[in-house]
Amino acid sequence: MERLTFDLATTSLRELNTFLHTDAREGKVEAVTVVNPDGAHNIAVGLDCPITVEVVGHAGYYAGGMNKSATITITGSAGTGVGENMMSGKVHVKGFASNGAGASAHGGLLVIEGDAGLRCGISLKGGNIVVGGSVGSFSAFMAQAGTMVICGDAGDALGDSLYEAVLYVKGSVKSLGADAQFEPMTDADIATVAGLLDKAGLDHDPKAFKRIASQRSLYHWNADANQEY
Amino acid sequence: METKPVHFKNVSREESYGYDRKTLDYIRNAAAHGLYEIRGMGAKRKLPNFDDLVFLGASMSRYPLEGYREKCLTKTLLGTRFAKKPIELEIPITIAGMSFGSLSANVKEALGRAATEMGTSTTTGDGGMTQEERQSSKTLIYQCLPSRYGFNPDDVRRADAIEVVIGQGAKPGGGGMLLGQKVSPRVAGMRTLPEGIDQRSACRHPDWTGPDDLAIKIQELREITDWEKPIYVKVGATRTFHDVKLAVHSGADVIVVDGMQGGTAATQTCFIEHIGIPTLAAVRQAVNALEDLDMIGKVQLVVSGGIRTGADVAKALAMGADAVAIGQGVLVALGCNGETYYQNGTLHSAEADYTAIGAAAGFCHHCHTGKCPVGITTQDAILEQRLSPEVGAKHLRNYLKTLNMELTTIARACGKQNVHHLEREDLVALTIEAAAMAGLPLAGTNWIPGQGF
Repeated sequence: MERLTFDLATTSLRELNTFLHTDAREGKVEAVTVVNPDGAHNIAVGLDCPITVEVVGHAGYYAGGMNKSATITITGSAGTGVGENMMSGKVHVKGFASNGAGASAHGGLLVIEGDAGLRCGISLKGGNIVVGGSVGSFSAFMAQAGTMVICGDAGDALGDSLYEAVLYVKGSVKSLGADAQFEPMTDADIATVAGLLDKAGLDHDPKAFKRIASQRSLYHWNADANQEY
Repeated sequence: METKPVHFKNVSREESYGYDRKTLDYIRNAAAHGLYEIRGMGAKRKLPNFDDLVFLGASMSRYPLEGYREKCLTKTLLGTRFAKKPIELEIPITIAGMSFGSLSANVKEALGRAATEMGTSTTTGDGGMTQEERQSSKTLIYQCLPSRYGFNPDDVRRADAIEVVIGQGAKPGGGGMLLGQKVSPRVAGMRTLPEGIDQRSACRHPDWTGPDDLAIKIQELREITDWEKPIYVKVGATRTFHDVKLAVHSGADVIVVDGMQGGTAATQTCFIEHIGIPTLAAVRQAVNALEDLDMIGKVQLVVSGGIRTGADVAKALAMGADAVAIGQGVLVALGCNGETYYQNGTLHSAEADYTAIGAAAGFCHHCHTGKCPVGITTQDAILEQRLSPEVGAKHLRNYLKTLNMELTTIARACGKQNVHHLEREDLVALTIEAAAMAGLPLAGTNWIPGQGF
């Protein structure tokens, strides 16, 4: 398997992304290693082929943003918007992730082994997110479709204005947002959680998770909802 | 027999200024429903606008160009700052962003066809890009909005430019709505939402806040598109001077400033009428900001919100805009607020359908209902047949042609061989309000309110 290394201390981000959009897309290599990322923003954004990218160190904003098909691993932590608007493939953060992780992701799997910041999974549109640690406030805000598995705790207003996305939390939830509610876990839920934990490579008892989904009381514009809108 | 004198009872008809019929209606509505009103279109109140300006045509001190003979260029370049492939337009009049969802697929196709024939651009809206508009539009601007409905990297790559929408003139600071009647199976599918729900749009982007973050977001979009496509930033007009400076700082190639007359498909009336500043004031602030940063000619300015006529276009350009974007005017050209619609070769009355939604031709702002009597702002399978792409495109092409003829004829009368040579010095204001907002002298004086005494 051919593997190419890009050193961001000596090579520009533009060169890396150009390679990933052209030569990599033509199948010239199967894997790319990025060293000395040093928190650079926009590493491996807009990939559109089943390549493997390993970022050795910390990434800045939007690492793996709008990913399609690629498997991107960040061995350190990731900044705001990691895997934002992902369509398919996988983005795996070994460390922590900042705000808006997996925002608006339409597909694929985002794994964060550590904690995630505020608004994790905001506007989620079908992607799956597994967080090994805890998530900050307003996570899954207006999440429309897809699944979030949170192995730690959740902050305030989890799942506020939730649409059809489903959330599973193992730890405590500081508060639920408007229209979100706890629901009983079914066998199908347990299987979903088990499957995602397996894909993420995390070891937790799927039966220990609680399910959160939408009450659907804000789906229609109504006077009884008062300030919940 | 005694006869009583005839007394005519005097009925008081003194209307209150503060509690006029509009206000009484508003209070009764609020009392009946417990919800604020949501409607379409833009601000209806009287505002200082481009009609309050006039051109100083050529005379003794400068000479005009022959109206129909001498050349007057209209070519317009947008996105020359960083993009490898700037947008090249034949005319400086573009079609504003309007969503599939708010508009029917037929309308989106009509916009694309007419724009392509005229050599100008169309713009997507919330909810993503349709095949119809991509195929019919030679130049298509793809919006990246807070809600990111239907936003995906394939369409980013298929677009000719990306417009990051921060806000809209009709509702700066607010997100829009799409009521359930318009969330059809296709619209719901594109937006990843349950069918028929009353959809709320986010007011803020999910993955960035503030101009420093936006700079990184713009870099992401540039990296994804390999620095080929221009990045526009659209702001609703409020603190326009500062917002334009911050957008330049964030790395925008083109800034779109949408004044409060700008339309919407559905938003709270209290936003439409009470948030934002008039386009006239916004243009001047935007140009001041670009001048302050020495960015004139480097970052282009597109102005929208209440641009209706060729004279409006000419005035916006003279004030410093590089191009304009039109939404409501375009819809009116397609038949919006008309008494009739054209189907199967004949005209039909739309009166009954206006009545059914509590509106009338000429007064309708009921885009939010999805029951547009002339088939424009609808997802209804029967209503949308009332506007065919062919007929719509023909009318829109005529409208754009007329605007462009007016624009060039005004430019020639001011002695300009290129519409982009129109300048502030060619304009004066007719009212003190307009003079102050536009920073132009009151006609016949050299007085600009607020600038010296």
